[in-house]
Amino acid sequence: MNIVVLVKQVPDSGSERKLDPADNTVARASADNVINEMDEYAIEEALTVRDAQGGEVTVLTVGPDTATDAIRKALSMGADKAVHVTDEAIHGSDAMATSAVLAAALGQLEYDLILCGAEATDAQMSVMPALLAERLGIPQLSGARKLTVEGETARIERQTDGGYWAVEAPLPAIVSVWDTINEPRYPSFKGIMAAKKKPVETKSLADLGLDAGGVGLGNAWTRVLDFAGRPPKGVGVKVTDEGDGAQQFVEFLAAQKIV
Amino acid sequence: MAEVLVLVELNPAGDGVRKTTLEALTAARALGEPSAVVIAAPGTASGVTGALGEYGAAKVYVAEAPEVEEFLVAPKAEVLAQLVSEKSPAAVVIPSSPEGKEVAARLAVKTNSGFLTDVTEITPDGTATQVAFAGSVIVHSQVTQGTPIYTLRGNSVTPEPAAGAAAEETVSVSVSDAARAAKVTDRVVEQKSSRPELTEASIVVSGGRGVASAENFAIIEALADSLGAAVGASRAAVDSGFYPHTFQVGQTGKTVSPQLYVAVGISGAIQHRAGMQTSKTIVAINKDPEAPIFELADFGVVGDLNTVVPAATEQITARK
Repeated sequence: MNIVVLVKQVPDSGSERKLDPADNTVARASADNVINEMDEYAIEEALTVRDAQGGEVTVLTVGPDTATDAIRKALSMGADKAVHVTDEAIHGSDAMATSAVLAAALGQLEYDLILCGAEATDAQMSVMPALLAERLGIPQLSGARKLTVEGETARIERQTDGGYWAVEAPLPAIVSVWDTINEPRYPSFKGIMAAKKKPVETKSLADLGLDAGGVGLGNAWTRVLDFAGRPPKGVGVKVTDEGDGAQQFVEFLAAQKIV
Repeated sequence: MAEVLVLVELNPAGDGVRKTTLEALTAARALGEPSAVVIAAPGTASGVTGALGEYGAAKVYVAEAPEVEEFLVAPKAEVLAQLVSEKSPAAVVIPSSPEGKEVAARLAVKTNSGFLTDVTEITPDGTATQVAFAGSVIVHSQVTQGTPIYTLRGNSVTPEPAAGAAAEETVSVSVSDAARAAKVTDRVVEQKSSRPELTEASIVVSGGRGVASAENFAIIEALADSLGAAVGASRAAVDSGFYPHTFQVGQTGKTVSPQLYVAVGISGAIQHRAGMQTSKTIVAINKDPEAPIFELADFGVVGDLNTVVPAATEQITARK
């Protein structure tokens, strides 16, 4: 079972995140960059499937040089090797362009299963499985809270409002996972040491057979025109409950014509 | 007038269209004349055409076949791609559910078009507004290639009625083998609720770690029911096992933007703020006067939720 896990490095959602006014892209250089939280669940799931059925887990990321930190994290959890696609020309790519780069990189790998997080904390689009399924012509099993792989078939419970859909597809397939699916392991000291020796292959656009004129900021399918900080909220009213807190709350609702 | 395709999102309970569809029809009118697209099992469209006409649909494309619901996402994208090719619309507007965003993504690849997700407004020149980074940044974007595709975030636009002819036109559906790969074998409802759906609700009452137990969420539910509200929960409450994950509001859960959001026993970590910051009015009830949630609150009560919440519920009920 060859499994590829897609990993994205994102600005830490716990720190202040910014766009770069020079070109309206995510300010990555000044950010505290971390592995996307949901991707850790995808790595954990990949390791579980591999450990049960054998095979190899390959981490694939597209990102600047700093993204090696995210790769090391994945390798220290137990993934076997990594491919890092990095090229100045990719900077500013939108979801369409990024999916084209990932699809080209996946085309050079052998896989039965592709796993990824159901959402990245920076763009929060949740569209990469659909984009890649469409580009690669493989089934999409997205939004899983449970995954079972048996023979040539993958089955998921796709999380929905108030329940789930059971969905199944033949392999190879792409599966995205929510944080309800497992509990990711912490890298052990041994894992961290071993990760330093695991192979990380770096690829450029040329290595993928892609033209720089098809990706990047200037060739994206969408464009950010401008951005601004959200206007600060006016200072609200804060009361301390001295027996009349509930009444003041209800009076506030009444003044807003809510009750 | 330019034609704009609007994908109809149906109520999962089987009765009519979701409010998000009416919002999408309203938003689409900024760009041209909306044509609603019903992609569903046979016999669905006849029950919803009237409602679509009341919100400005000039046409209703009826694409009915069992396969579009038997397989995940891909068949709907195929039908829309076929319509984009035949009708050359000015844009496509889709309600921003998880499925809606995935349909948009596949349609974008099929038609080599740009797409923008979770937009909160669309102006006549095609510029869309999006909120980024937990609601802290407002972004204006445009599609630069192909037929612009937008997914509209729920509760961002107020549905406004407008007369539309809602002329039905049948679309022949042929689902390719490639789109028949991911088969939906069962749809399971685990939590039946008479409360409104979280992302659609005009009032949301959420509980956090301060609620202290699963049993004590009953006081959150009681307040919600007195207001006709949906119930939400912070990640801390969900991780502590107080309330099911389905109801989690925040970065790794639902994003809501109701008229009124009541945060009870929630400190207001960035994880939570990401999911509720754009709510119109925010009320916080917390015993810690320094809790960051008060920075967002239009009205805050510093006090014990175990006394304030039941008392408020009683007073709201008494006013009815």
